[in-house]
Amino acid sequence: MRIGLFATCLGDTLFPDAVRSTAVLLTRLGHEVVFPPGQTCCGQMHINTGYQREPVPLVRNFAEQFGDGSIEAIVMPSGSCAGSVRHQHAIVADRYGDAALRAGVATVAAKTYELSELLVDVLGVTGVGAYFPHRVTYHPTCHSLRMLRVGDKPLRLLRAVDSIDLVELPGADSCCGFGGTFALKNAETSTAMLHDKLDGIAATGAEVCTAGDSSCLMHIGGGLSRIRSGTRTLHLARILAATRTTPDALTEAAA
Amino acid sequence: MSTFLGMPARPPRSPYGTGNLRGDEPFPRAAHRELGNGQLRRNLGKATTTIRTKRLNVTGELPDWEALRDAGSAIKTDAMNRLPELLEQLERKVTEHGGTVHWARDGAEANEIVARLVKATGSSEVIKVKSMATQEIGLNEHLESVGITPYETDLAELIVQLAHDKPSHILVPAIHRNRDEIRQIFLDRIPGVDPELDNVPAHLAAAARAYLREKFMATKVAVSGANFGVAETGTLSVVESEGNGRMCLTLPDTLITVMGIEKVLPRYQDLEVFLQLLPRSSTGERMNPYTSLWTGVTPDDGPQDFHLVLLDNGRTAALADAVGRAALNCIRCSACLNVCPVYERTGGHAYGSTYPGPIGAVLTPQLAGMHAADDDPNSSLPYASSLCGACFDACPVKIDIPSLLVELRHQNTEQSGTTPEKLAMRAAAAVMKRPALYTGAQKAAGLGRLVAGRDRTISRLPPPFAGWSDSRDTEAPPRQTFRAWFASDEGRAALRAAADEHDGSHAEHDPGDGRHDPGDEGHDHSHGEGEKK
Repeated sequence: MRIGLFATCLGDTLFPDAVRSTAVLLTRLGHEVVFPPGQTCCGQMHINTGYQREPVPLVRNFAEQFGDGSIEAIVMPSGSCAGSVRHQHAIVADRYGDAALRAGVATVAAKTYELSELLVDVLGVTGVGAYFPHRVTYHPTCHSLRMLRVGDKPLRLLRAVDSIDLVELPGADSCCGFGGTFALKNAETSTAMLHDKLDGIAATGAEVCTAGDSSCLMHIGGGLSRIRSGTRTLHLARILAATRTTPDALTEAAA
Repeated sequence: MSTFLGMPARPPRSPYGTGNLRGDEPFPRAAHRELGNGQLRRNLGKATTTIRTKRLNVTGELPDWEALRDAGSAIKTDAMNRLPELLEQLERKVTEHGGTVHWARDGAEANEIVARLVKATGSSEVIKVKSMATQEIGLNEHLESVGITPYETDLAELIVQLAHDKPSHILVPAIHRNRDEIRQIFLDRIPGVDPELDNVPAHLAAAARAYLREKFMATKVAVSGANFGVAETGTLSVVESEGNGRMCLTLPDTLITVMGIEKVLPRYQDLEVFLQLLPRSSTGERMNPYTSLWTGVTPDDGPQDFHLVLLDNGRTAALADAVGRAALNCIRCSACLNVCPVYERTGGHAYGSTYPGPIGAVLTPQLAGMHAADDDPNSSLPYASSLCGACFDACPVKIDIPSLLVELRHQNTEQSGTTPEKLAMRAAAAVMKRPALYTGAQKAAGLGRLVAGRDRTISRLPPPFAGWSDSRDTEAPPRQTFRAWFASDEGRAALRAAADEHDGSHAEHDPGDGRHDPGDEGHDHSHGEGEKK
């Protein structure tokens, strides 16, 4: 399958490892990964902060970059960006766009997937040949869980990973407190939520807390680092991309 | 052709400075104070966790729960779509059955109507059924100002009233109090209470009961709200747990019911849906202990003088908003409060409104407005959410609260004029829509490495990011963006190796073997880069 990879602005700029792993994983599974070079940002931060006029060019750019009919599916290692493309771009296009934009948005929304959805629903795989000999706990991010309804797809992918020690996270479906600009505008409430999430992670004794969104992991990881926790964060794509021949750095360091 | 001379003016939002739909300070500041209250956090955490579990048990056991939610949503949406005709039908039916209907444009009008009706009876006291609508309009404060004493009869409302406090939860108004505090409130404020009163819940309830029984027997006028008003029959309904509401609804001579106009249901049969949805969502019970239904006046049985006050107070203004109007479907069950991670930590007082939590954050600004330019505390409410979506899942009438929050944020930014935040958002969009500028900005972001410590961690950031760095470290930006890697020799080699691995495994070669050829260098190289970032 010819798959368009959307790196997301955060992934491209600050967390490229997760995007690299996504590209490597899909290529290893026999698919052609294309990266439309004009891509930038989906505009989620604007929309969730209350700005809908300003991101119109971003919504348009996304539709243009990925509208190409030869791209059969669009994947992004982020539940919240996929949620924005599928649910919010139409709101912006309806309100401030033209007919062409509305049509373009509908076309790309229909073929946009978060990574676990693409793997399980579209490509029909749960065993991706990954090897990750570590104790791992999974935090389901809010937008993947309740906006996209990925359900247990990420867990099915993780359970199929060779040598993984997967432990359940207490209070898993509670928000970590990130919420984009919420973490700035209501920093103290966000911190109170984060601390409860960190307590849950600590209770698992996991080496790694994984999730499908680099943004939530940035928040959780920032908190774990501040309290000098021994647990680190790692995007789901990095675990799924790790194999015996090309293990993740974490495995190499431990070996 | 299009002269709008005949267009009626839209009823205004709840007037500024009246009622209880606006706090004194923006949410983040109020939350700061509440977050510092450890007792409150423990009480709330315990109470919301208990109710959450109970709710999930009784909603999960129904095979048709989702269908009930759909039905509830459809009935409410239908009712909102033809609100004028349903309200007139309700008025007609209530009048036919001997009641009197009054229309109140806002809270102040409703307060005046109720005070006038009470005075006409000659009574200077009223007993009250737990009611959100009368909290919203500040009826108790108004009655007191004209010499009428209101007695709250719901146990938790009584606690709040005796303490001169404000409710912090729709269903459990005293959720922020524990039993030691309640004991002290009773000792201080209930006349003639046993000075040996301890903190055993049954003893506390008995003390309240002795106090209230006397009020039920002696007071001639009651004021209630309504959970539902059925247009088809003119029937009003109150759903409760204690039976104190039933006392108020049956014992006095005069009953005055204040009902928000959005509480109307088209048909009597619609109650079958809501009497399942409401108790399971609110208290986590299959059925609430007391459901009272009354239609006008029944000769020689119950109150012989019945008045229904239909309250607008911003509801028509909300109805005029094609997106925001969904908030009017709310049946005040409070399930969204109990699952909200923000509410659980800040409590209800931080919202400054009778309606706290997720639904309060969308309902309050719509009823009372958010005058962004005037630094209105209500304009901070739509931002009091991480948009986690737990409220939408819990809502028995499927109100998409996260989408409404995003919509109200948009309305707020549209009303706010040019703010520093708007300029920043414009600038960000201007850069991001041009890939060349965007890649330049990415390079600039990479300079963040310079401020990071040796451990590649940034532990202090300037405003507006200072609140972030108070509790979170930030990783230094990586050396190379994804797009730079993808376009690099190293990136191409890594992907070629991955493709070879697929081809190799398809050719049924041992995938762990013989793959150390051309791609290998790329593999290891790229991998190493990943580590250095």
